Amino acid sequence: MVRLKLIFIIFLIDIGLYYSYVNWSNLSKIKAKVFKILNIKSDFLNEIGDISRFSARFFREVIKPKQEWEEFINQCFWVGYKTLTLVGITAFIMGLVLTIQSRPTLVEFGAEAMLPAMVAVSLVREISPVITALICAGKIGSGMGAELGSMRVTEQIDAMEVSGTNPFKYLIVTRVLATTIMVPVLASVANAVSLYGGYLGANLRGDVSWSLYWFQVFDSLSFGDVVPSLIKTFFFGFAIGIVGCYKGFYSKKGTEGVGRSATTAVIVASLLVFIIDLLVVQVTDILGLT
Amino acid sequence: MEKRTPVVTVENVNKSFGDNHVLRDFSMKVEAGENLVILGKSGSGKSVLIKCIIKLIETDSGSITVLGKDIDALGEDELNRLRADIGFLFQSNALYDSMTVKENLLFPLRRHWSKEDREKMADAAILEALEDVGLAHTINMMPAELSGGMRKRIALARTLILRPKVILYDEPTTGLDPITGREISQLMIDVQKKYNATSIVISHDLNCIKMIANRMIMLINGKNYASGTFHELEAATDSKIKEFFE
Repeated sequence: MVRLKLIFIIFLIDIGLYYSYVNWSNLSKIKAKVFKILNIKSDFLNEIGDISRFSARFFREVIKPKQEWEEFINQCFWVGYKTLTLVGITAFIMGLVLTIQSRPTLVEFGAEAMLPAMVAVSLVREISPVITALICAGKIGSGMGAELGSMRVTEQIDAMEVSGTNPFKYLIVTRVLATTIMVPVLASVANAVSLYGGYLGANLRGDVSWSLYWFQVFDSLSFGDVVPSLIKTFFFGFAIGIVGCYKGFYSKKGTEGVGRSATTAVIVASLLVFIIDLLVVQVTDILGLT
Repeated sequence: MEKRTPVVTVENVNKSFGDNHVLRDFSMKVEAGENLVILGKSGSGKSVLIKCIIKLIETDSGSITVLGKDIDALGEDELNRLRADIGFLFQSNALYDSMTVKENLLFPLRRHWSKEDREKMADAAILEALEDVGLAHTINMMPAELSGGMRKRIALARTLILRPKVILYDEPTTGLDPITGREISQLMIDVQKKYNATSIVISHDLNCIKMIANRMIMLINGKNYASGTFHELEAATDSKIKEFFE
């Protein structure tokens, strides 16, 4: 516990150092000694600092005039439309499987009538947004990591800069905005499609009418179920975009670096999805929206 | 611009990557209309030097003036305007592989030409640049469909589209067969004549250097070790210079 607290304090110091222009040399020395004592490598915290700075640059660039709207629309197409089929099929199967597997337990407790409500709350609050985000982390995060990494290695990003185009604005801002906007859209589609899967699952062993199923689904869902779930998908989208772009944009030289960028983009983005999910659940719980 | 006016001035430039001191008080002047070749061993800092000239890499100290402007004193917009006057041919060509040849050539114009100008004149400018490199028929092809030599020519056409006053070539003939290498070298000479551009060329290829160089600089241990014409340096007795010509 003491070790965890110390790591947390070091984390705060690290964030402070990155956002400060004050000479904190003494504090850095103290930090280095603490790290030595705790045998912790500072690479992880440096990475967090770098991603934070990268995100700060994104916000600076996004408010500057002259956005690359054409490229943004192009990225929305790639992120949204090109992932729609994968998300749709996965969501349908998820709804179907969840309903089929939940049914025996509910039957055992004589609560079979609660099946549509239980499936709806589970899917809309948690399963659809998280699974959609994980699919996007895998497909879009790795795609961005590999694409931008390859552009970095083959000097295409430098060529863009030489031609007077701001590569950060053209490549990063457009992609991060596209994921931030399209992941919630995909999650909403996943919600709808998974509920259709749920309807099919409910009728494989039982007999639930179309109107009764949807009445129970909408009756069970409240503002506190839908809105926080939708809001967190914006954060998921932002995290997937920023991590994929960061990993690709700062890819090390060589094809090995491109592969590593793609892989770590998926790992870090997936991890962030769970961390954001955990935080959102805590916040909604505190706000009494659960 | 009159002959013998320095268009690029590099003064006491230092650049290190960690403990590796790549450039040490490097200085040089390049005059208008000159074809200057910088020769040095692999890893001697030649590419770093030309990337510093266009500010893709920041120097640690020293000053670089291009077309009368100190690049360190320029803001982002001013630097981008200056970059329109500087062409850069990358060693890897750096063609955007998700775009067609036409889109590759259109890309630099979108920043420096107004939308009206692009609509009126871009097609003609693209075609002219492609004709200059003899590849007008590839306009709708993707870079992946082109050979190495063709990609190099397209990259040169993209460099020329903004009619730069200074062109920086990073190992333009590396990875090409001797015949294609000679063709690219001849193309560089033709381009220099047509556009009256000043060229700074990084190269190891002695055939290419012999064809294009008005003057050469030997970059050894991060310093401007020697300069002169190809024949002057070829005849030098200094062992460090001689080993390049052996």
